[in-house]
Amino acid sequence: MPEQFVWGMEVFLNGLMAGVLYALVALGFVLIYKASGIFNYAQGVMALFAALTLVGIMEGQVPFSHLINAVLGTEIHHFGWHVPAVLAILFTMAVMVLLAWAVNQFVFRHLVNQEPIILFMATIGLAYFLEGFGDMMWGSDIKNLDVGLPQGINTSIDEFTYQIFDYGFFIDNLDLFATAIAAALVFSLVVFAQYSKQGRAMRAVADDHQAALSVGISLNFIWVMVWSLAGFVALVAGIMWGTKSGVQFSLSLIALKALPVLMLGGFTSIPGAIVGGLIIGVGEKLFEFSFGQMLGGATENWFAYVLALIFLVFRPQGLFGEKIIERV
Amino acid sequence: MFYREAGDFKTSYVEDGQTFPIKFDRYRYYAVLIAAFAVVPFIINDYWVNAVFLPFLIYSIAAIGLNILVGYCGQVSLGTGGFMAVGAYACYKLMTAFPEVNIFFHVICAGGITAGVCVLFGLPSLRIKGFYLAVATLAAQFFLVWMFNRVSWFYNYSASGQINAPERTVFGTAVTGAETAPWAAYLFCLVFTVACAILARNLTRGMAGRKWMAIRDMDIAAEIIGVNPLRAKLSAFGISGFFVGIAGALFFAVYLGAVEVGEAFGITKSFLVLFMVIIGGLGSIFGSFAGAAFLVLLPVLLKNLLVGTLGWPTDLAAHLEFMIVGGLIVIFLIAEPHGLAQLWRVAKEKLRLWPFPH
Repeated sequence: MPEQFVWGMEVFLNGLMAGVLYALVALGFVLIYKASGIFNYAQGVMALFAALTLVGIMEGQVPFSHLINAVLGTEIHHFGWHVPAVLAILFTMAVMVLLAWAVNQFVFRHLVNQEPIILFMATIGLAYFLEGFGDMMWGSDIKNLDVGLPQGINTSIDEFTYQIFDYGFFIDNLDLFATAIAAALVFSLVVFAQYSKQGRAMRAVADDHQAALSVGISLNFIWVMVWSLAGFVALVAGIMWGTKSGVQFSLSLIALKALPVLMLGGFTSIPGAIVGGLIIGVGEKLFEFSFGQMLGGATENWFAYVLALIFLVFRPQGLFGEKIIERV
Repeated sequence: MFYREAGDFKTSYVEDGQTFPIKFDRYRYYAVLIAAFAVVPFIINDYWVNAVFLPFLIYSIAAIGLNILVGYCGQVSLGTGGFMAVGAYACYKLMTAFPEVNIFFHVICAGGITAGVCVLFGLPSLRIKGFYLAVATLAAQFFLVWMFNRVSWFYNYSASGQINAPERTVFGTAVTGAETAPWAAYLFCLVFTVACAILARNLTRGMAGRKWMAIRDMDIAAEIIGVNPLRAKLSAFGISGFFVGIAGALFFAVYLGAVEVGEAFGITKSFLVLFMVIIGGLGSIFGSFAGAAFLVLLPVLLKNLLVGTLGWPTDLAAHLEFMIVGGLIVIFLIAEPHGLAQLWRVAKEKLRLWPFPH
């Protein structure tokens, strides 16, 4: 078997794994967009905030210690305890629910019936605020996140492929794990949306706010719920990315990676987010593999966007998006 | 009492069609111009020019450009940083390739080149709308920054990958390079800002501006009443690109002097200019100035207050700045979605009735 082909296959597989991680972030966007028509730019920062909070709780950091030290002249940093990962994740989830409530209560309740673009700007403002808030609460240094996920090369795949192709594939255990988690998450979200009472209410709100309101569905509750769900997805994404590359500012930039995924898959479709993520992940890895050297490298920065842009010119609503019907 | 049309009779079409039809407005405008040209250059020092005036003037041009695209034509663009980079690199290439030509023309040509690039990236706007377009313009942002980073022809094969502005003079006075006097840099930028503002104001009052606004309000309806969406959208992209390109060229040549593209023209710059437009007021030239002034002054004030007076560490002040900027944007959108320009409009309405409001 030619070497190029085998390498290409390895790149392809790694692209699929990366794509799943993109899809994980994109999921959070789709949830909020479907239920409230808000295009939530802050999703990436929410992932960062969740990861920061998780690390902070696990390490027993004192929140706002930097600020307190600066104002009062004290020297406090840690409470001196370590919280087990499972407990810390539960605490973080509680914080994310609280955040969802606050976001709804203080921001988006006041912006009902505004134009979509205004809502989008509000989420950018929110992203800035959360970024500053997270850094102020937990400090801006790079942190390691370790909740006990498996990491490193998967040896069984390495050996298996070595026997077949005479070349061992490098596949990270964490990526495999993330794939499984993402699949489970998507499955449970679909089940939740289709079969639970709250899920049904959520779909009703997505369909028509006023009709949903008139049959007695509380919009406020649904919105808080959707933002909490998005917070949960952000937490999962934050754990995955944080374990992979450390909890730091660049984590919030994964939102920018998720945007082309959304464009490709359509803003309103959960399967679209998954398929779009896979296409982008595989596409950018294969492009970098085959043309990256020739073009000077780091094509991953823009390839996804250009791919999505070209694709949209032919299909403006994305792969699975609802058809855009315009009336005068 | 001061601000009203009554008693101000126009006797010719020229008078009737002037930019500021109300006397009070006109005199205020002249007063601002006189102060900016004849008073400020004599009293400013290096700190004021570099911390406040230059960024304010340059961001104003960029904000006017973006406002034409977003506020008047309704096409949201997140690629401003990338387009500013085009202006900067075009200016650099022109400055080094034709050293004998006056830098004035370099800056204008840089604007023209940026307009071309902007039109190219505006082409998808004919098919893609709304959020999809906003995200699509990010393609321009990332692709352009990557290109200026990787293709060494753009930075003349320099080892550091940076571009440095060589010294250029206007009427014998240096306006770029290390030897520039603060007042010269200030005046050079001021000329461009005033010219751009006058141009933009008159474009948006005229046929072009009305077509853009028709497209913004509803593009299908605009097409039915005879506005060509291809021309209207692309002209908005082109003219917006021209202003943004000039801003980028000035930002590089006069303000920074040396530029590393990812740092100076990254995605944060796109958002910053967009915030200026939103906080200032969509669809208002005055708003562009107000927004630019607000977001230039806010960090300076915060820094002076927190670091200078209270003695906080700088990183803490930076975090607080993020929170305040983000919070202010949200508050503005809730309280006054039309921005500072709307506050100004309301104030003028009050002034019109003052002191007899009933």
